[in-house]
Amino acid sequence: MKLRQLALATVVAAAGLSSALVPSVATAQAKEQFFPVLVYRTGAYAPNGVPFANGYVDYLKLVNARGGINGVKLSFEECETGYATDRGVECYERLKGKGATVFQPLSTGITFALTEKAPNDKIPLITAGYGRSESQDGGVFKWNFPIAGTYWVAGDIIVQDIAKKLGGADKLKGKHIALVYHDSPFGKEAIPILQERASMHGFKLSLLPVTHPGVEQKSTWLQIRRDRPDYVVNWGWGVMNSTLIKEAQATGYPRDKIYGVWWAGAEPDVKDVGEGAKGYNAITMQHGAEPNAAFVKEILEKVHGKGQGTGPKDEVGQVLYVRGAMSAMFAVEGVRRAQERFGKGKVMTGEQVRWGLENLDLTQAKLDALGFKGVMRPVSTSCQDHMGANWGRIHTWNGSKWEFSSDWYQADEMIIKPMVKAAADKYAAEKKLTRRTPADCQS
Amino acid sequence: MFYRENGQFKTSYRADQQIFAIAQDRWAILAIIAFAAIGVPFLVDEYLFRAILIPFLILSLAALGVNILVGYCGQISLGSGAFMAVGAYMAYNTYIRIDGMPLIVALLAGGFFATLVGMFFGIPSLRVKGLYLAVATLAAQFFCDWAFLRVGWFTNNNASGSVSVSNLSVLGWTIDTPVEKYLFCLGFLVVFGLLAKNLVRSAIGREWMAIRDMDVAAAVIGIRPMYAKLSAFAVSSFIVGVAGALWGFVHLGSWEPAAFSIDRSFQLLFMVIIGGMGSIMGSFFGAAFIVVLPIFLNQFLPAVGALFGAEISTATVSHTEYMIFGALIVWFLIVEPHGLAKLWSIGKQKLRLWPFPH
Repeated sequence: MKLRQLALATVVAAAGLSSALVPSVATAQAKEQFFPVLVYRTGAYAPNGVPFANGYVDYLKLVNARGGINGVKLSFEECETGYATDRGVECYERLKGKGATVFQPLSTGITFALTEKAPNDKIPLITAGYGRSESQDGGVFKWNFPIAGTYWVAGDIIVQDIAKKLGGADKLKGKHIALVYHDSPFGKEAIPILQERASMHGFKLSLLPVTHPGVEQKSTWLQIRRDRPDYVVNWGWGVMNSTLIKEAQATGYPRDKIYGVWWAGAEPDVKDVGEGAKGYNAITMQHGAEPNAAFVKEILEKVHGKGQGTGPKDEVGQVLYVRGAMSAMFAVEGVRRAQERFGKGKVMTGEQVRWGLENLDLTQAKLDALGFKGVMRPVSTSCQDHMGANWGRIHTWNGSKWEFSSDWYQADEMIIKPMVKAAADKYAAEKKLTRRTPADCQS
Repeated sequence: MFYRENGQFKTSYRADQQIFAIAQDRWAILAIIAFAAIGVPFLVDEYLFRAILIPFLILSLAALGVNILVGYCGQISLGSGAFMAVGAYMAYNTYIRIDGMPLIVALLAGGFFATLVGMFFGIPSLRVKGLYLAVATLAAQFFCDWAFLRVGWFTNNNASGSVSVSNLSVLGWTIDTPVEKYLFCLGFLVVFGLLAKNLVRSAIGREWMAIRDMDVAAAVIGIRPMYAKLSAFAVSSFIVGVAGALWGFVHLGSWEPAAFSIDRSFQLLFMVIIGGMGSIMGSFFGAAFIVVLPIFLNQFLPAVGALFGAEISTATVSHTEYMIFGALIVWFLIVEPHGLAKLWSIGKQKLRLWPFPH
């Protein structure tokens, strides 16, 4: 009986406390540009989600240390999605109410769900390097921005690198590439581009799905042992990647014949395996392990140096950390671009930020000034092209760190453009949307 | 004092057998429905609608369905997530493949196909019981996960395997604002709630309960186990399927099979166990507990931290959320094994005497 009364008292007290506290938190911010930060620091994907989130938040802190965006300070709040779509939607609703003007869903499933919601709420979505590949088509996907690359770009560049290693695209004929993918919308994004390339060059593509979370791959590797494909493309992440490399090691499959997507090419994926992962390749979409980049040093000095760092110090400059910082940079620069048109030093709305992202023009000079010299190439978006750059490099694990092992590749627009257009048109037809008019592009 | 049936004389069998025999109950339910339909839209902001109330309504509906099977008929099922998925995907296919398909018909069609699948996977219940049945229904979960991931037809051959719907409308009424979505779901919940309440008080409901309490004895007094069990599977899957369709169409807008994974099945089962097995009211309590509590903890903990000047990291909040949530489940089950609904009925009993207990 006593226990029960105690419980009742706790519940009542908790409810009272929360109702008293929540409004005070909400009113705390004013005259600041609010950045929602959707993260997954727990769950099967946390090893990759944590460095990304730390990089993202540290970059926002760095912008504040630099004096904000033309004087407008940034505020931000994290929300844990655990990579679950329903929790992601909850986070979106929660942070939207706090004045969010740009979202980065950080999950293909959440991207799909938010793509339906963002146009009504007039909030742009940045899905830098992930999300739905056809959203590059700004004529249909007005509010989506897969800036600086999509999974189709990634897949295309991986095939290009394989062709180069073989000594030319004509050598691909008769070869066998196996795609080991995470069985989710994320993993399936790779299939269309690889199929397109396979029919073009005449190589055989076999599709080997691995179910969430990806620790069970025995049967997949049995198949690989039997078929001996010439190359394996790994479209996985989180625990799936390190499992895959360990299985490859156990099977005796050469690691230098394995290519990972950019979610499968960071330190957490290989460091447990260490030497065993030597030679493993992965694509980078303009990011990479950049411990010497100017912005990394600046973060170490102005953020970590002041004791404000979000994660461990040795993580700064690692692959996914740089990726996170870069994604934050896109959002910040979108706001800065919007300010150039709608008034410097003002807090931008979602619609204004959307314009900023659509007219993003990150020249090499601007990137150098931001500290991304040597890290990135220019990115320039337009009304039709919401991606802005389609370059990537391959990096290889040398047993202790990631090193770039290729020059810059550009994805083949001749292949990707028709695919994007067809997929976007299909989406528009399903949704009964019409393409944006040139007049709409001006606004 | 206020909650007493003294003086309420029943003069006909009809009056004696109505759903809410006590006048206060009748008025309370009417008042709650009226408040939910008329009052809430004026009081609540968009966040509460979209993030809490709509998921709560839809999952209450699903829990209601699961409660009929698990709570009333005693057939433990771990396939509820799968039946939700069948509802969602088949409603999607009916909706986009047939031109001019009305939304409500599509949602009900989702329920209909879920019924078929539910009855099919309910067949083992005729031979196996308890935990063994739970494992058998688990097959439904894995089969549906597999089918919706692999068979291109279900997802209209979308490359990514994810499907989406938008521009919902019923007879010219466009459902796009949160309030409209809320009212739409509320409508479904009220109709199905009344339906379920009436079903479980009818002959068929009594058959289910007889089967649950002791199937051999039930068979001896002339209840056909096959009919009773399969009808429970059918009714349950229908409701769960409609809930799944609503979850996809109204709440998420775009979904993939992972939205109806095994986790969802467990969640629904927990709702029924915590809320109260064999109680319509319990489904609502259970859904509220499972939907609202984690979100509440997630926002409450940082606020408490801020009160003491400590900044709690997102990961810590998330881990603490799981710990407190788990502890509360265990604690509730120890203190009140019959679920929150039992607490509610104890409360009602006390209320009859209150404030003069002697």
